[in-house]
Amino acid sequence: MASETMTAAAAPTGPHDVLRAQARWRWGEIAFWIATLLPFVLTPDYLVLASQVAITALFALSLDLILGFSGIVSLGHAAYFGVGAYTAGLLSVWGWGEPLTGLLAAGIAAGLVGYITSFVIARFRHLALIMITLGFCLLLQEAANSASWLTGGFNGLQGIHTWRLLGKFEFDLYGYTAYGYALAGLFLVFLLARRIIHSPFGLALRGIRENNARMPAIGAPTHSHIRTIYTIAAIIAGIAGALLTQTTETVSLETLGFQRSADVLVMLIIGGTGRLYGGLIGAAVYMVARDQFSGLNPQYWYFWIGLLLIAVVMLLPNGILGGLSSLAQWVEAKWRKKLP
Amino acid sequence: MPPFFGVLFDGAAYGMLLFLMSVGLSVTLGMMNFVNLAHCSFAMLGGYVTVTLMNALGWPFFATLPLAFIAGAAASIVLERIFFRRFYNSNELNQCLLTIGIVFVSIAAAAYIYGTDQQSMQLPRYLRGSVTFGGLDFAIYRIFLIAVAALITIVLVVTLESTRFGAQVRAAVNNQRMARGLGIDVDTLFAVTFALGGGLAGLGGGLAVAMLGLDPSFALTYLIYVLIIVAVGGLGSITGSFVAAMLLGVADMAGKYYIPAFGSVLIYLVMLVMIMWRPTGLFGRR
Repeated sequence: MASETMTAAAAPTGPHDVLRAQARWRWGEIAFWIATLLPFVLTPDYLVLASQVAITALFALSLDLILGFSGIVSLGHAAYFGVGAYTAGLLSVWGWGEPLTGLLAAGIAAGLVGYITSFVIARFRHLALIMITLGFCLLLQEAANSASWLTGGFNGLQGIHTWRLLGKFEFDLYGYTAYGYALAGLFLVFLLARRIIHSPFGLALRGIRENNARMPAIGAPTHSHIRTIYTIAAIIAGIAGALLTQTTETVSLETLGFQRSADVLVMLIIGGTGRLYGGLIGAAVYMVARDQFSGLNPQYWYFWIGLLLIAVVMLLPNGILGGLSSLAQWVEAKWRKKLP
Repeated sequence: MPPFFGVLFDGAAYGMLLFLMSVGLSVTLGMMNFVNLAHCSFAMLGGYVTVTLMNALGWPFFATLPLAFIAGAAASIVLERIFFRRFYNSNELNQCLLTIGIVFVSIAAAAYIYGTDQQSMQLPRYLRGSVTFGGLDFAIYRIFLIAVAALITIVLVVTLESTRFGAQVRAAVNNQRMARGLGIDVDTLFAVTFALGGGLAGLGGGLAVAMLGLDPSFALTYLIYVLIIVAVGGLGSITGSFVAAMLLGVADMAGKYYIPAFGSVLIYLVMLVMIMWRPTGLFGRR
């Protein structure tokens, strides 16, 4: 992060120039988004998996907004994912299976819950914050489990059917529509997140992450900033949850659980926090690896994830992307030394 | 037995177990601000040590308990030396991630060695059954649990309040930098405290098998309870952990008995309200 800021800050002068220089699209990014279209051509058998990756990446992106960019550690982010998933599922069960309005409703529902909880979130930090986010997630899962008349409880919600997308594209077994839909959702939300991060507001968030005590001293309303970004992140998580419901046509209690919160955190850490692409890369690596090892008992899968977590925290504190960028810097420094 | 006293009694026994498993975490968290999510893995280790020694080697129950303690202490000291000490100055996110990684590995290891089934063990005859006292039935094992935990609590409080070691621990919890300035070797002190905490967790795990059961998910299931106790009771406070553990034990039993439809909703709700009301815990100083 710091290196990016510094190289960008070398040429321009004013603060807006700095932000604008950071917001410039790079070739690597364009290549990345073109590459996301490749599964349609190269691996058409894996489109269902690809759609899951895109949805999980969206969820990881939403966690990155609060954790990576604003320094709000959450062990219960799946709460909002689950609210979105159940909203879309319930709408469909009640007879409205139109996907786009379902997404909208899920985003609004999750955003509302996020807005209400954000008043609590903004007041706490450290262990208390971790416990509150974790407790809220567990509370919601238990509540959904108890309210089986509404949510189907342990068995999950039955009878979800998603209508054709835009009245034309049916959600088929091969996942063509699902992947296109999820990818489009991911890309649009990504554009929004990118815009937020490269705005003065995004800069203020990073200030809060770096030093929560000094920001009020320069007149930044930290609590209201935290509430805003937390609500935005909740909306995005809700949209991701709704995408999962609509493309798989199932919702289970697992969408709300601690396991999912922990999984998404792991993905983000593996990819690299505080980088827009960290969650995306992490989700792709994690999901593809899990698919490859799907023959493995899930218990043993967590053995490798645990080892990977320990290794990442000990050796690559900024994730894969952080490691790559230090490597690039190191190579560049070597290269410069060779030149006269 | 009338339900009210029964719930109170069972809840107290349950709370005592939770207290044994959480007190170490409370003290180490208060001293070094190190969020050790792997604390219940030590308890799980203790449980498996007890089960293995009894079932495979035919040891008597009481002989296995010291070994459960030693196993928990040894595992925690090894992990502290290799991993944890590098993260004392790191942020809590990295600490959480490192230790949750250890939890995942420990769960997988337990599943690999013992399978995912519930472990069973046969308590010695004199700890089975119940006694009747004043018209009420008391399960002997639960009386035993309460007695053991009460004894350990007294030993802990006396150690902490009136020995040189205890004074050093209190100083380090209160102000780590000042304690260093006074020439207290906080690193060694912390390693010893960590080992004690891990040992108590191991002992708690060994005692818990007969009441709570034991399978690989133990490390994660009870982790949440332990975290609640530490957060509600306050960091570094033995009294706080004790009160919070009792409250949680009784409230959980009462919730399951009187309003089973709500499940654990009540517990989480109470915890959220408590933390919002007093973010540093009931007996927390900071």
